[in-house]
Amino acid sequence: MGSHHNSETEQMAPQQCLKVFIQRDYSEGTVVKFQTRFPSELEGRIERQAFEHTISKLNEYFAIAEKATCSTYCEGCLACLTAYLIYICKETHYEKCLRKVSKFVAEQNERVYQPRGLIVTDPSMRGLRVIEISCLDRPPNA
Amino acid sequence: MTTDCKYEPVALDSPRTEDTFSSDEMALDPSKRVTRKWEVFAGRNRFYCNGRLMTAPHSGVFVLTVCLITGTSTLFFIFDCQYLAENVTVAIPIIGAILFLFTMSALLRTSLTDPGIIPRATPDEAAYVEKQIEVTNSANSPTYRPPPRTKEVLIKGQTVKLKYCFTCKIFRPPRASHCSLCDNCVDRFDHHCPWVGNCVGRRNYRFFYMFIVSLAFLAVFIFACAVAHIILITREDRQFLDAVKDSPASVIVAVVCFFSVWSILGLAGFHTYLTTSNQTTNEDIKGSFTSKRGQESFNPYSHGNVCLNCFHILCGPVTPSLIDRRGLVTDEYRLELTNPVITADPVLSLKSYGTTVQQNGQSQINTTTEMPGLYRQTTENIDSNAGSVTQLINSELPLGVVPKTSENQQYSSQPNLNHSHVYSNITSVQTPISKSQSYAQNINAEVDRQLESHINVRTNMEDLHLDPVVIRDSHILPSMNEKRSPDLKLDNDLTMHDKENSLLSASRLRLLQDTTMIESALDLDSIDETSIGTNSQAGLMKVTV
Repeated sequence: MGSHHNSETEQMAPQQCLKVFIQRDYSEGTVVKFQTRFPSELEGRIERQAFEHTISKLNEYFAIAEKATCSTYCEGCLACLTAYLIYICKETHYEKCLRKVSKFVAEQNERVYQPRGLIVTDPSMRGLRVIEISCLDRPPNA
Repeated sequence: MTTDCKYEPVALDSPRTEDTFSSDEMALDPSKRVTRKWEVFAGRNRFYCNGRLMTAPHSGVFVLTVCLITGTSTLFFIFDCQYLAENVTVAIPIIGAILFLFTMSALLRTSLTDPGIIPRATPDEAAYVEKQIEVTNSANSPTYRPPPRTKEVLIKGQTVKLKYCFTCKIFRPPRASHCSLCDNCVDRFDHHCPWVGNCVGRRNYRFFYMFIVSLAFLAVFIFACAVAHIILITREDRQFLDAVKDSPASVIVAVVCFFSVWSILGLAGFHTYLTTSNQTTNEDIKGSFTSKRGQESFNPYSHGNVCLNCFHILCGPVTPSLIDRRGLVTDEYRLELTNPVITADPVLSLKSYGTTVQQNGQSQINTTTEMPGLYRQTTENIDSNAGSVTQLINSELPLGVVPKTSENQQYSSQPNLNHSHVYSNITSVQTPISKSQSYAQNINAEVDRQLESHINVRTNMEDLHLDPVVIRDSHILPSMNEKRSPDLKLDNDLTMHDKENSLLSASRLRLLQDTTMIESALDLDSIDETSIGTNSQAGLMKVTV
């Protein structure tokens, strides 16, 4: 997943800086959904709308990934019929969606977050538990 | 460290092609080897084929399962199939082969894939979560109180308690549970199945279910064929004993199938029930969704419809593996793993509840020794703060920041927490360090992988003794908080109904143990509320104090 960050991002991604974590929202069950509440640490660093757009867009991607549509059911049934051997050669719908998420995060980083000195970490690198937002120029205990 | 730097761009630019590159490099110079994430994985799982396959530790019973299935099937194919194909129909060996292949494929899928392990929190994240608990806790009380270990969330109107996992440093997502054998939190944890040698969780439940069902079909099919074979021989005007002498393999196959088919059928039926109601074995045994204490309770995860539940569990979309075990270990990843975060807050030196990053062994000991004193100090604050983070959840603003100091600063300013020094004074370095600590040290020191596994073999024994302590602590602390808070009466007012519930779950547990060998597999901390009464907790207190 790290492949979608450019190398510059990775090298800059610092160990010692303020980090904000957006937690999961479980109100609708175990589907992956993140809280859209604006964290106070980011006040004055990014516009509320930009932040909310990113999170709701991510939630949208995950909703698509976990949505029980006919095609995903067919995919599951087909895999079952082939004794799950199809998974060796075919990428699942969910994996494709996660790829889109990574792409989206990288794009948002480049366009919105990095110019403001922030970096969003791909949630799949954090086990889909949290979205980590690092403030690059802020010391950890500011 | 410096030698690895030059590999980093390679890993980032071309994750698909680095495979061949790194293996070439390893062949050239073993000291410059590129490590993959499975090699520094924190749980106890075993990995094969350079991280492509993974199982739980101690997979002896799994080998037995494979031998039993293949052995019985081989005997059937050699001795029964030939006769039946000639005398009855050619379809029998074909059906048998398809069933056998399907069963084996499902079995291998179940046991060799990731069951849905939730990766552990990075030190930053753990510190952030800790800070949030800490602030709500110390807002009203002048003295230190241990933070709550649970937080409550509303899922479709149903209150669900999330427990804090000391090992993984996360609030376990709903339905997840920590497997004590694999030492990981597993999403939608069903149980740890020794027969398949792996946890059964969100990612491999469908494989497990299909394995059970197809195995039931296979066993019935083989049994029927073996019996038919013997009967057909006796039809040719021969005595039964002659028939047995003629084909002893059929008798063996029939006996094996006869004894195994009952438990397999029972298990298949049980899991069919679970699938249709969208529950896990874990939840069923705990009775999570049975109404208790007068409170209405329902399964918030159910899709409301038997067919939809089945479809969603068996064919629905499934999360890819989140532990990225084939990913390369970059310097950044190493730092994330090993960098100990200790805040400069002086309150932290009093902290003994074991959530400080990379402090497993040390903090557990602290908890057990310092607890009584802490509680005596805080008894006057009984009504000041209910021991739950519900308020936090309702207004979950990030309340604190994540301060971090460099390793040098940390050690000089926090000498108490530098536990490696403490330990090295007492005994040799090898045995007492906790596992994560030993990982951290090994990574830092670039110690050879061989040595690391050697140490881990020894420390695993330590871990086995340490882990129950953590789990019991986590019981005691929330339950004591709850007892003091008036609105959360849990253990003191167990009604008859609750006791019946706990008895029921105990008898169910025994039944399951007899049939499926799950006893070692259920998560230990799940039965706390109903099965372990107040008395046993007092007993635990005595043990730990």
